[in-house]
This record gives sequence, structure tokens and C-alpha cells, in this order.
Amino acid sequence: MNDMTPTEMPTTDLFSKFDALIETRRSLLATGVTDPFSLVMEKVLSPTTAICSGRETILLGTYNYMGMTFDPDVIAAGKQALDDFGAGTTGSRVLNGTYAGHRAVEEALKEFYGMDHAMVFSTGYQANLGIISTIAGKGDYIVLDIDSHASIWDGCKMGDAEVVPFKHNDIEAMEKRLKRIPEGAGKLVILEGVYSMLGDIAPLKEMIRVAKENGAMVLVDEAHSMGFIGPNGRGVAEDQGVLDDVDFVIGTFSKSVGTVGGFCVSNHPKFEIMRLVCRPYVFTASLPPSVVATAATSIRKLMHAGAKRAHLWGNSRTLHGALKGLGFKLGTDSPQSAIIAVIMPDLERGAMMWEALLREGLYVNLARPPATPAGMTLLRCSLCAEHTAEQVEIITGMFERAGKAVGII
Amino acid sequence: MDRATTAARIAEVIEPFNKNAVAIGETTSFAGDLEWDSLTVMDFVAAIEDEFDIIISMNQQAEIETYGQLIDAVTKLQG
Repeated sequence: MNDMTPTEMPTTDLFSKFDALIETRRSLLATGVTDPFSLVMEKVLSPTTAICSGRETILLGTYNYMGMTFDPDVIAAGKQALDDFGAGTTGSRVLNGTYAGHRAVEEALKEFYGMDHAMVFSTGYQANLGIISTIAGKGDYIVLDIDSHASIWDGCKMGDAEVVPFKHNDIEAMEKRLKRIPEGAGKLVILEGVYSMLGDIAPLKEMIRVAKENGAMVLVDEAHSMGFIGPNGRGVAEDQGVLDDVDFVIGTFSKSVGTVGGFCVSNHPKFEIMRLVCRPYVFTASLPPSVVATAATSIRKLMHAGAKRAHLWGNSRTLHGALKGLGFKLGTDSPQSAIIAVIMPDLERGAMMWEALLREGLYVNLARPPATPAGMTLLRCSLCAEHTAEQVEIITGMFERAGKAVGII
Repeated sequence: MDRATTAARIAEVIEPFNKNAVAIGETTSFAGDLEWDSLTVMDFVAAIEDEFDIIISMNQQAEIETYGQLIDAVTKLQG
């Protein structure tokens, strides 16, 4: 006889799996540093400045590459859409959630990329999640770079394809794996234009050629290149002259475009069927009218932003050279994008340096494992076309003082 | 290739990865006994794939926890 009642059964705490992380965080905060993951911006003054803890802070970690967040035309379009269409759609794109603005932003994307089809998702994360999990199914093979973004990995996990990673940017490792895939299986190669942790770019020209030689379709995530890499700002694939060989480009509105949302553009003749079969597209409310209006206005302005692009590249080169000159260890030898990753010796000193910079009045991203490759702690800086030459000089001085105070340089 | 020959070749590949010189047997686990992090696992899987000219997908890797299971999987993947 068992007289135990269910209430006496011991409960397995589902949260015990987080104990190691809770302890790492506790011991880091016990050193007295400010929590790098709970910063609040009390007021945002411009694409490059905000008030944090009561003090004016230069923003150098926002991916707001083209500074479109406060563009007067963009803001006006958003306000008008709020007045005309209301605060939200309360519906899926395939039901009541497609307004004129959703179609308009897809038209703007088609023109921006010169492609036949564009599909807008509620976030960039959902764009990767939805497209990857839907096109690569059971029996298909996904061959992807080991340093791919979390949204790509999650898309792989959600589909039922066989997932085969290769060493970062290693063309030969990718080719070997493609050649070992059983004959007749569907193949999808997933690459990124700019890898956001170190700010390095992919050798897309060679990789896409190898992928095509081996009968694979190619998806490239250009989240961190849209707007300023390539002659028309279409990204690294355009810059290397291989955009026509890319089957699917994934992108986001939350970086250069300056709002939120994600998309896929493609020339695949059957692409429109994705709107009915892609679950992260179907089972989500669509973006608010104000968001798609700001996105469409911003995308159209980015088509003619040559001067801003040139200024952003100038900023990236100047800061990269200055930080290297000060003796910081950087993620790339030369500036390859608008991201400059400063490699920290360990998490503790990384957090100290992050805090020292914040006290100087500078915000950068503190990036740590598992988001980073090779267990690195990084201070990731992303430049903006609206940073002035003077701000870049001020930033350099802040890095010098903080780096010396923490003993990193 | 039979299991014994496969096991002998895996033993050669694993040696430079076994930095703590752990005595390896059929039940030795990669995460627990060898204490490998995800990066070491990735490099080791790539080395095994190249040695045998096979693919061990992430899906298959999830099923391989011990040294013995790896030998079985590689023997099978060679057909």
C-alpha cells in the first residue's frame, strides 16, 4: 500500500539547469560592477546620444548604422500611419494583418534589392526561423558556418533537416562536407555577409561558387551589411558581385533601417507559397502600421545614401586605426564592416572596462559566451553614419583612459 | 572497415584531443569524463569526419555520448 499523496512528492526544480549561470552572474556582480545587461536609456537624444543614469552618453553599440531612427521623413511617415491606420493590426498577415503599408514596404524591398519577391516578418529572428525551418525539411541537409547567429541555429533546430556545421569562413571545410552529402538530397548552404561578433566578412564569392558547383541553394543573412556595404547598399554579396547567385537574402529593419522587423527577398519563382506554409509568418500578428511606414520610408532613403555610407566607412577606418594604435586587440586586422570588436582578456576585466567606459559617457555592447566564438569576451562597437569626426575622437580618448585604468593597455 | 579497425583509427585521432591523458574505454563520456567544451567537440568531430570521409550531423552527434557509441556510429556511417 502506498499512502503517499501527490503533494508529498519532491518537485524537481526545472530552474536548476540555470544554477551555473546564476552563480557566474552573482560572482561578477559581487565584485561591485554595474550589471552590463540591465542598462536603461532614460531619454534618447539622437541616433548617437542618450541619457543613461542621468548622464549624457555616446552610443557606440546600437547597430543603428545609418542613423535613420530620428530621420524627419521617417518619423513623419510613422506619425501619419498611426493617425491613418491605428496603433496595431491585431492580426496575421494572411488574415486581417495586411494593410497597404505592408505591401508598400515589400515593394520598397523589391526595388532596393532588385528582386522579384519580398516577404516581411515581425522580426529578423522570425525571418531566419521561418524561412530556414520551412525550406529545409526531413532528409535535406543544411551546411552552415559554425559562428552563425542564434536565429539561424534555432531555424535549423525547428526544421527536421540534417545539420552540418563547418569551421568559420573555411571554404575547404564547407566543400568537403557538401561533397559527402548523399546524392539526391536537398542542400541548403547558410552564410552571413558580416559576422556580428567580430565584425568580419565572409568570402562569399568563393563560398557561393563552391555551393553552386555542389548543387546547393544559398541563403545569406545580410543583417549587418544592409544600407552601407556594396555599391547600392545591398550587402556583402553585392559587394563581391555574387548577389545574383544568392537564392534567399535575409535581412532586418532593426539595424540600418532603424525600426523593427525582418524580411526575406528572393527570385525563386515559387517564393510566394512561403506566405501560406511558413509558420512564424502565419501565426504571428503583423507589424504595426507605423513600423512598416517608417521602414518603407527609410529603405527608400537608403537607396540614395552614398554620402552617409562614405562617412560611416570613414568613421569605421578612423576608430579601428586609433584603437589598434592604442594597443587594443581587435577582432579583425583591418576594418571590414561598421563593427569593431575589442577583445577583452576575460569576463571580469571586460565588465570592468565596460563600466569604466560607461562612466566616461560611452555605451558599447558587452558580449560574452555562448554568443561569442571561442569563449571570448568582447566589447563590441558599432559605428553610425551620424557619429561626427569629433565624437570619434572623443570615443578614442575614452577608450584610452578606461583601458589604462583597467590595465588592458 | 570492421569495428576493431575503426576503433584503432579513432584512438589515433582522439589522442591530441585528450589533453588530460584520461584512460579511455567504451563507456568514457565526452562531456563528463573528457570534460570537452563545445569548441573541442566541434574540432574533434571535424577531425573524425575528415579521417573517415563521412558526415556526422548535429542530429547524429546528439545521440553520441560515449566513446563506444562513437565507434558504433562511425562503423555504421562507413556503410
